[in-house]
Amino acid sequence: MTEAVYQKRVSRRPNRLKLAPWLFLAPGLLMFLIYVLVPIVESFWISFHDWDGLGAMSWIGMGNYIELLDDDTFYVSLWNNLLWLVLYLLSIPAGLAVALFLNQNVAGIRIYKSMFFFPFVISQVVVGLIFTWFYAPGFGPLSVFLEWLTGDEIAILADERYVTYGIILAGLWPQTAYCMILYLAGLNNINSEQVEAARMDGAKGFSMLWHVILPQLRPATFIALVVTVIGSLRSFDLVSIMTAGGPYGSSQVLSYFMYEQALSEYGYRMGYGAAIAVVLFLIMMVFITFFITRMLNQERNT
Amino acid sequence: MTPIRKLGGFALSLALLSTSALAGEIVLNSDQSDPAPKKAMEELIADFQEAHPDITVKWNNFDHEGYKSAIRNFLTANPPDVAAWYAGNRMKPFVDAGLFEDVSDVWEENGLNEELKSAAASMTIDGKKWGVPYTYYQWGIYYRKDIFEEQGIEPPKTWDELLAASAKLKEAGITPFTIGTKALWPTGGWFDYLNLRVNGYEFHMDLTSGEVPYTDPRVKAVFEKWAELVEPGYFIENHAAIDWQDAIPHLVQGKAAMYLMGNFAVATMKDGGLEEDQIGFLQFPQINPDIPMSEEAPTDTFHIPAGAKNKEDAKKFLAYLASPEAQTKMNKTLGQLPVNNKAEKPEDPFLEAGFEMLSEAHALAQFYDRDAAAEMAKAGMEGFQEFMVKPDKVDDILERLEKIRARVYK
Amino acid sequence: MFPKPIQQSAPWARLTYKVLLPVALVLWLLPLIGVALTSVRPQGDLAAGNYFGIPSGFAGIENYTAVLTNSPIATYILNSFKVTVPTVIGAIALSCLTGFALAVYRFRFNLGIFFLFVAGNFIPFQILMVPVRDMTLRAGLYDTTLGLVLFHIAFQTGFCTLFMRNFIKGLPFALIESARVEGVSEWKIFRHIVLPLMRPAIAALAVLVFTFVWNDYFWATVLVQGQHAMPVTAGLYSLNGQWVAAWHLVSAGSIIAALPPVAMFFLMQKHFIAGLTLGATKG
Repeated sequence: MTEAVYQKRVSRRPNRLKLAPWLFLAPGLLMFLIYVLVPIVESFWISFHDWDGLGAMSWIGMGNYIELLDDDTFYVSLWNNLLWLVLYLLSIPAGLAVALFLNQNVAGIRIYKSMFFFPFVISQVVVGLIFTWFYAPGFGPLSVFLEWLTGDEIAILADERYVTYGIILAGLWPQTAYCMILYLAGLNNINSEQVEAARMDGAKGFSMLWHVILPQLRPATFIALVVTVIGSLRSFDLVSIMTAGGPYGSSQVLSYFMYEQALSEYGYRMGYGAAIAVVLFLIMMVFITFFITRMLNQERNT
Repeated sequence: MTPIRKLGGFALSLALLSTSALAGEIVLNSDQSDPAPKKAMEELIADFQEAHPDITVKWNNFDHEGYKSAIRNFLTANPPDVAAWYAGNRMKPFVDAGLFEDVSDVWEENGLNEELKSAAASMTIDGKKWGVPYTYYQWGIYYRKDIFEEQGIEPPKTWDELLAASAKLKEAGITPFTIGTKALWPTGGWFDYLNLRVNGYEFHMDLTSGEVPYTDPRVKAVFEKWAELVEPGYFIENHAAIDWQDAIPHLVQGKAAMYLMGNFAVATMKDGGLEEDQIGFLQFPQINPDIPMSEEAPTDTFHIPAGAKNKEDAKKFLAYLASPEAQTKMNKTLGQLPVNNKAEKPEDPFLEAGFEMLSEAHALAQFYDRDAAAEMAKAGMEGFQEFMVKPDKVDDILERLEKIRARVYK
Repeated sequence: MFPKPIQQSAPWARLTYKVLLPVALVLWLLPLIGVALTSVRPQGDLAAGNYFGIPSGFAGIENYTAVLTNSPIATYILNSFKVTVPTVIGAIALSCLTGFALAVYRFRFNLGIFFLFVAGNFIPFQILMVPVRDMTLRAGLYDTTLGLVLFHIAFQTGFCTLFMRNFIKGLPFALIESARVEGVSEWKIFRHIVLPLMRPAIAALAVLVFTFVWNDYFWATVLVQGQHAMPVTAGLYSLNGQWVAAWHLVSAGSIIAALPPVAMFFLMQKHFIAGLTLGATKG
């Protein structure tokens, strides 16, 4: 091409480069803005009002938040959310274990992998229902097993000491399937040369796993962490179907508490519910910030 | 838009509006997803359209649970002409928000104040009528007749007789009462009946409308009576983990002998294998002989949303729904009781017993979660459930309920 | 490959593994077997307390037929497809664009916008219910599959953008640079160089988004009213009666409703697994 044309192209490029990202971003960003970001702001706004969702709104400033601080259910929910957060993380090593187990090339392994994925694909409500029956005193297999083990009939879902653990266990089932898939993908892409080299050095078993494999699985672990944390804070369907927050509110979590206050058949308090949602959101913000900082640091170091 | 275009648009929409009014269509939203109510609705709609050939009904049938949140959306967003709901305090939020239409005229014009007398009180707010009831059902103690015979127990009519019967059953290794409190509302049935028997209907209404504090000694008295059943272990264990339905196997298997429940439970009992002659029905026993016997009879209703487009035809629908013929037919299919006292008496033995009981009742309550304000209802029932598991915490529970009452009913 | 390929182990190890696989699968799927068992029980079983024993009769044909005839489940499944497929296409298309923008270009707000997308995906969606419903109403999209589609596309774009951006970041930047030097336009770079490399990520996301949106119950009840637009998740619970939960029917319906996402996964498995990796060059 001629010198003039080349110069023209080069001089146009910086402007194009400046404009290009925005053009690419525009459609997605617009949708996201309208359907997600603006509603969040709106909900913040609602949380400062007293509103039954049907009539008029009335401003009460921090009233909802002050009431929240005095509400026992709020603290129970916070504690349960913490339990969920910590225990749900067990799905990550569990998923890794299952992925390692399935990472072979025997005949039909593809079908096995699909079937192991099944729990993630079923509606959570059905998962909750079946586990409720599993735990049911008298005839549920798990309950029978516990009785055989401890000699005491324990009704997990009726006992305020154990109920949250019971629900978390039900949630771990589909979540482990999810982590398993993430790790299967990760394992597919590990650098086989590194593995061979390490093997020749005599590494095997657990030390191989720890020093060679896991570092390569970091991206998968990161995503698994993200979705597990999101999942734990969202535990709505399971709590709703298994205990509805009971017995007498002891398995309550923030996402269900919010729903109950604002939208359930007994709750007409949109403002209060919005306040709870805001609190939940702020908690999540802590994690988001943490994740993004970690991710960016990693990228910078690579 | 230019003025001419605006005018044209306006004229067009006007034309469209009038055509739709002339077409005589009403949109009906309801939540009858169960086979029997669904069939009853289908028949009702078909009969109505036959009686009024100039009106067509467009029926949107929702899932029963989803309906409870859907209604809040569609009453403001896209109101139908007729919507199903419940009586008493359950309809109050919508009435207060101006979302339901006053239908006192329908009651006047069709003599419903006479024919639907038993349910009139629960349809009235501020002296006006806000919907039309079409069915209710009785609550009572369903018991294993055969087990009672085996143990030589007579169906109890008073509280002391009930206690004696329970003690006898317990000795024989049978838990007197089965119950499933996971969904909370079965506890409401117990509280209501104990309150109705200990303190009477008027007091119960005062309590549920928030005029009496929960720390009142009369409320405490109800719990003391309840404790007489809870403390000796007359209820099955671990009821907080199971739903009302999962409590039925205990009755079917003979592990328990009595169940305070609504009449709809009979079908499930039969499904589980009980024969009709094994099931008995008795009225909740008397506690205080000076207080007239009132009963629970939750009522299902239809309303006209304030934003409905075709109120005229909707009112015709309500009038049809209220008629003795329609109510007789519907309730035959539903297996419940017609509200209209001119309707035919049901043939099923349980329903007949219920019909007798309800027509002689002093007054009819709507069930705790419909009589009390929504949030109070939830907190109350949670408190009842906790009491049933931890009866010694009764004072803490009552104080907590009182705190909530003060806030909810301000 | 890790763990050591089983073919290289001793024969007893191979045999143990081959036996262990089906056993592990059965144990893993025990709850699912529970659901399937419930779906072939006659109703009486549940009322009599027979939840896990041998069914007193085989009511499978009855139950599945009841589900398929008594409820407009065919319509519901069709609606689910009508909502899920456009969402998958829309969300992935948009996030390819946004992921590309955030991964390739350096500009001041890059981080901020990325943060927005990620944050927006973490929120409890109950917080969005009333504002989104009102907005859908005002746009005249209430009670339509389109209304649901638009919301889901917008919401899923958050997660998909995170995914795509990370994936694209893992691609060799050299490809793009050399294309730029050649004078290729940005759009052509995206379309002809980057996009083909994103195929595995697209496949993976397609399956994930399909599953999420297919199983959504909450928004189906908020934004849709009538049967003509109701997806299968919400429609399924209409099988439950007013008083008596027909769990045997719901179980049957759930199994039917779970088949499309599983089929989707099975078909896309190869691409799916390849795509879930977030960049083979990460060390």
